Amino acid sequence: MAQAAAGSSAPRSHTVEFNHGKIARDMAVRRAGKIFMIFAPIVGYFFLWAPIIILIVFSFNASRSVGQWRGFTLEWYSNIFNNIAGSEARFSTSEMLQSFGTSITIAIITTLISTALGTMVGMSLARGNYPGKRIVDNLLFLPVVIPEITQGVSLLIFFNLIFNYLRGNGLNAAPGLGTIIIGHVVFTVSYVAIVVRARFADMNPRIEEAAADLGATPWRTFWRITFPLILPGVISGGLLAFTLSLDDFVVTFFLSGVGSTTLPVFVFGLLRTSVTPEINAISTLILIMSTILIGIAMVLQGRDNIAKTA
Amino acid sequence: MAFNIDLSSSSGYDPREKRRGGLLALPAVLWLAIFFIIPLLFVVGISFMTRGTRGAFISPELTLDNYARIFSPTYFSVFVKSIWIAVLTTIICLIAGYPLAFFVATRKSRWAANLALFLVILPFWTNFLVRTYAWRLILGNEGLINAVLVGLGIVEQPVQFMFTDFAVQVGLVYGFLPFMVLPIYATIERFDFRLVEAANDLGANDIRAFLRVVLPLTMPGVIAGCILVFIPAIGSFITPELLGGNQGLMIGSLIQRQFGGTGNWPLGAAASVVMMGIVMLALMVYAFASSRRK
Repeated sequence: MAQAAAGSSAPRSHTVEFNHGKIARDMAVRRAGKIFMIFAPIVGYFFLWAPIIILIVFSFNASRSVGQWRGFTLEWYSNIFNNIAGSEARFSTSEMLQSFGTSITIAIITTLISTALGTMVGMSLARGNYPGKRIVDNLLFLPVVIPEITQGVSLLIFFNLIFNYLRGNGLNAAPGLGTIIIGHVVFTVSYVAIVVRARFADMNPRIEEAAADLGATPWRTFWRITFPLILPGVISGGLLAFTLSLDDFVVTFFLSGVGSTTLPVFVFGLLRTSVTPEINAISTLILIMSTILIGIAMVLQGRDNIAKTA
Repeated sequence: MAFNIDLSSSSGYDPREKRRGGLLALPAVLWLAIFFIIPLLFVVGISFMTRGTRGAFISPELTLDNYARIFSPTYFSVFVKSIWIAVLTTIICLIAGYPLAFFVATRKSRWAANLALFLVILPFWTNFLVRTYAWRLILGNEGLINAVLVGLGIVEQPVQFMFTDFAVQVGLVYGFLPFMVLPIYATIERFDFRLVEAANDLGANDIRAFLRVVLPLTMPGVIAGCILVFIPAIGSFITPELLGGNQGLMIGSLIQRQFGGTGNWPLGAAASVVMMGIVMLALMVYAFASSRRK
């Protein structure tokens, strides 16, 4: 079969003899491949980074228009902290800072809950052996692949019906920080579980066996041996949860009530109304923030890799 | 289908402890059951109900009208268009992402490999809203591309890129490219390149070696990448909203509008259910494709 396929492109010689035409063609293919492999990644990286770099550069541009460069300025940064953005847009620095505070509060509580739940379920999947483990595994997989908008809509319906029922019974309940945090835990817990579980996979189980052999109780083994070893995984899982929560727009958009506007929801409001250089400044600050967080998470994981190879 | 690492056979915990390990899963399982699975069932239930009157969003009379409307020409065309845009996004991401993943995975020094990977991952984790917005600076009428085109005298008037399907397409490819690169990278990194040498020695040129050896063996990453791009692309809401304006209506915006002030919740729920159906279909294709490979 292979011969028939080969025969279609170049006649196969059964004696050992050089087919100079084929060699020349193959060398040309290799050269073309090499050139392609130089240009394709350049184009790829350019595509990934150009918008980010342009955004940052133009947040310092003295001109209001992106089309021209009129020199360096910090005016837009100073504007967003002095209640100014654009000529006609209504902008409030206190609203911006308040939404930032809300985002941070939500991200911290989300991180605490989903790190605890995610670490436990990650450990149970890595070390446990119980009926229904496959179901747990697939259940954790679902929030990662179900579109965010479906999650947002389903929780909106869910809370609306529950709150209606509660109001019908004289209890007061409204969407706000609590509903947002609940939604954020749903889509961050899986990420923590994945990272923690991967950390378990890298760990030598003999160390735990040794602790058990030396008479340590499972509880003591966990806190003295297992937990310190998985801690970098727990921290980087927590940082991912924090970043995901801080950056989330879609789920938050559906779950936020009055007075629970987060920074992304606030920025989305600005983006819908106008394009001003001040938005570039806010966006640059947000980019720097998430870059720092992810940088820390990656360094933590990178250190693991170094430890693993040593 | 999910994360297939099983270490349960070896560790310092005895079998009784391992069974009790199920208890550790309980809090997360309960959380997801109550705040993820049950709400999804609510969506399915509501999709068969009627729009409420006088302040109520839902009235519990059962009907199939919502689905009839979804499959009426007006709404159905939005679905067809969304699927088409998502498929196109997946294909473009694959063509652009494979060489990039190949490049990252074949760096020789550890330092270069880490940097190459870092440069792909970082944009992936930065704020999606901000990254999408950045394209306005490039594609807008006063944006960078039009400034260059007009400046060089190639066009008289700025070209309208923004608020078109083209802008949505660019934004989606940009937003989801890392989802394609990372799984492919993971499979190429494990690939044994001596197989290519073997194929070369047996007379295959590089194209043939790639098509017959490298590509089939990295197929799991390709399939995973396609799924990871297709699903968020079909459910995308931010990108069509920010770059597409009114012209670029996709399922995501259609659903969101039904949950606004004057929207129709049951209709929005039905649209969500149909979208979930498409997603489930894609996941089944994925599960089938990966089980056949084993």
